[in-house]
Amino acid sequence: MRFKTVTSPHVLADRSVGQVMRRVLYAMTPGIVALVWFFGWGVLINLALATVVALVAEAAVLTVRGKPLALYLGDYSAVTTAWLLAVALPPLAPWWLTTIGVVSAIVIAKHLYGGLGYNPFNPAMVGYVVLLISFPREMSAWLIPYGVGQPHALGLLDTLRIIMGGTGGITLDGLTGATPLDVLRTKLGLGLTVTEIRNSPVFGIVAGHGWEWATLGFLAGGLWLVFTRTAAWQIPVGMLGGLALIATIFHLVDPLRYAPPWFQVWSGAAIYGAFFIATDPVTASTTARGRLIYGAGIGVLVYIIRSFGGYPDGVAFAVLLMNIAAPTIDLYTQPRVFGARSG
Amino acid sequence: MTPPFPFHGGLKTVRHKTESNRETILPGSVPERLVVPLRQHVGAIAKPLVQAGDRVLKGQMIGQPDGYVSAAVHAPTSGRVVAVDQQPVPHPSGLPDWCVTIESDGQDRWIERTPVDYQRMHPSDLRNFVRNAGVVGLGGAVFPSAVKMNLSGHCERLEQLILNGAECEPWMTCDDLIMRERAVEIVAGIHILAHLLQPREVLIGIEDDKPEAIAAMNAACSGTGYQVRPVPTRYPSGGAKQLTKLLTNKEAPVNGRSTDIGVQCFNVATAYTLHRAVAHGEPVISRIVTVTGHIAQPRNIDALLGSSFADLIARCGGYREGVERLIMGGPMMGFAMHSDGVPVTKATNCILAVGADALVEPPVMPCIRCGDCVEVCPANLLPQQLYWHARAKEFDKIQDYHLFSCIECGCCSYVCPSHIPLVQYYRYAKNEIWALEKEKQRAELARRRHQARMERLEREQREREAKLRQKAPPRTASPLDGATAGQSPAEPALAAPASIAVNVERSE
Repeated sequence: MRFKTVTSPHVLADRSVGQVMRRVLYAMTPGIVALVWFFGWGVLINLALATVVALVAEAAVLTVRGKPLALYLGDYSAVTTAWLLAVALPPLAPWWLTTIGVVSAIVIAKHLYGGLGYNPFNPAMVGYVVLLISFPREMSAWLIPYGVGQPHALGLLDTLRIIMGGTGGITLDGLTGATPLDVLRTKLGLGLTVTEIRNSPVFGIVAGHGWEWATLGFLAGGLWLVFTRTAAWQIPVGMLGGLALIATIFHLVDPLRYAPPWFQVWSGAAIYGAFFIATDPVTASTTARGRLIYGAGIGVLVYIIRSFGGYPDGVAFAVLLMNIAAPTIDLYTQPRVFGARSG
Repeated sequence: MTPPFPFHGGLKTVRHKTESNRETILPGSVPERLVVPLRQHVGAIAKPLVQAGDRVLKGQMIGQPDGYVSAAVHAPTSGRVVAVDQQPVPHPSGLPDWCVTIESDGQDRWIERTPVDYQRMHPSDLRNFVRNAGVVGLGGAVFPSAVKMNLSGHCERLEQLILNGAECEPWMTCDDLIMRERAVEIVAGIHILAHLLQPREVLIGIEDDKPEAIAAMNAACSGTGYQVRPVPTRYPSGGAKQLTKLLTNKEAPVNGRSTDIGVQCFNVATAYTLHRAVAHGEPVISRIVTVTGHIAQPRNIDALLGSSFADLIARCGGYREGVERLIMGGPMMGFAMHSDGVPVTKATNCILAVGADALVEPPVMPCIRCGDCVEVCPANLLPQQLYWHARAKEFDKIQDYHLFSCIECGCCSYVCPSHIPLVQYYRYAKNEIWALEKEKQRAELARRRHQARMERLEREQREREAKLRQKAPPRTASPLDGATAGQSPAEPALAAPASIAVNVERSE
């Protein structure tokens, strides 16, 4: 009897790239639910729009590159990129803003660098930064977290109309406002102390009102990712640890000017970034020690950008900067090979 | 810390041990025809001692060890040699190799067996005896045991002698069964190893999913001081380096040997064959083979070397419907056979038939650098970097990442979510590097030969000229010299044609 020959091993674990990506999507759900609760239908519309645009862009580039469509569309990587970006956009972002961001992420950041597995920069964050630099006004128009069902909240159709470009007679000025980190930044600039600023209604128990619940949702999902070993624990530990450490130092030096570490960790995109953005395996460091360093680097950069840079939050820039450093970190943090002398 | 000392990485794999370990070892039968490969060990192929038409007896040496790293091959039964030629053998290449084909005479008549008293033998005589008995590592690596029984300056005295009964590969149970049924003989074999190597302690490592084997070995070891050490069931605990780490917390150095850290490791089945050879004068002519997987009645068989895989499978009731792949060895490290018409060798620890239902061949995706391979690598390598450089054919860089520390255990390929055949890339890179190395050696040799030739030619030239100068008077212009007449004879490069011209002149 004759048989086909292939190389060992002849058994494989039941795993796939698609499974990894789908887990990221599942893990995002609690955070997304909280965002929808506080910021309304716009969050879901952004997600749907981003997903469609991502799949179309992915399919178009795959066709041009002569790659199998079904295989690569089925790996959920484009959808994951779309979701990661959409969640970071203002809930009433106009449709073209989302489209430009997603197309930049998929076409430029992912495929022009070689496609899945080859991109040196986090695609979602490239898309985000393109938008942040090009359209700062649209990107800063965040909704006030009134919550679904409250009198001020927009209905589904109104939201859709606004996103599609019409105003429908609704004045956006009453609905949008500065984000908590924006408020902190602006008022610090006016000479107020952190304690005074914290009394603003935009803040909740720990950090921004509404935002802090979304953060809790993303923390829950993120911990599940780490627990299932989908995301490497070293990256969020490194990033939040780095951020907390530097925030503690500055807070101890001048508590009136520098917000406490728990506020820093719980604000903006720190938790979301630590578990969902920085853990993108393709663009992160791959060694155990390297991941701690990579994460810590992002944490410190986030703090520096927030406190001394030109933007209220800095997760996207910090991640992209550390993306550049990842190969070098890997080179210098190789594990000790079995049988090699230590040190 | 107390033992076992865990090694980095590794996996919990599927087990599938109970399919084949519930029945006792099936005694071998004598097939009508045996094809005995002359290369059943690492090292030089054995030199054939017989030719077609010769009569041989069971246990008669038919292949002589050729050099230090080699081992003898013997007739597994009595009969007539019908051919010494190239036959299909179980090798990944699928290429044929030299074999002695024996037609059984049905009498299974032994040659005169000569047991030896190992305690009175000179160590080198004992090692020679072992080499001539064809004893090699039966764990699958088939390294000649005589070589490993010589410490030759690698360490003063052996600290630990390790007996490997871990058997971490899924499906495989041949070591489990031999420990259950032949523990006393294994221990007798260990006595011989201990006598020769004088270890400070003897440790027997067995994965803890084999309670019967552990009990049997414990019973056989009582009063000997040998320690049976159960180790956690975690692939690849049966790798010699991993088992050494588990039992002693010592790591064999990169590019070094286990004897550098005072450890030597033998498979339990090897100890058994050593005992049979020394105490009964029986060379290695059979081994326990697990026949399992998509087989009617999976079982362990005490098979004569040279029996065909098909024979063994037939004795186990044949294939079940829909066998797609036939593997020699375990599913993690074994290699797929082209056909079942190949003979059992000393390396055949397991024949695994895989049905279509158990085979998944998912499409290969790009590496997403998830690092799961890093987590499971027992050599603590960065498999994704090795893959990257192997793909790019950057053979210098891949060695910076310690390619040659890779033991090809397959853990990285097993967990890879992109289903990249990583091990295949490493094998490819290793082969390419070896080939380049050989090429370099060949080029160096050619260069030296060329240089030597040029030197010789020059020397001869000078000698000839010197002779010429002695014989011939100073030249005056002759008609034939016309072409070179204007040239200075002092120029050595031009002297050659001139002298040839002179020779021509003479011969005319």
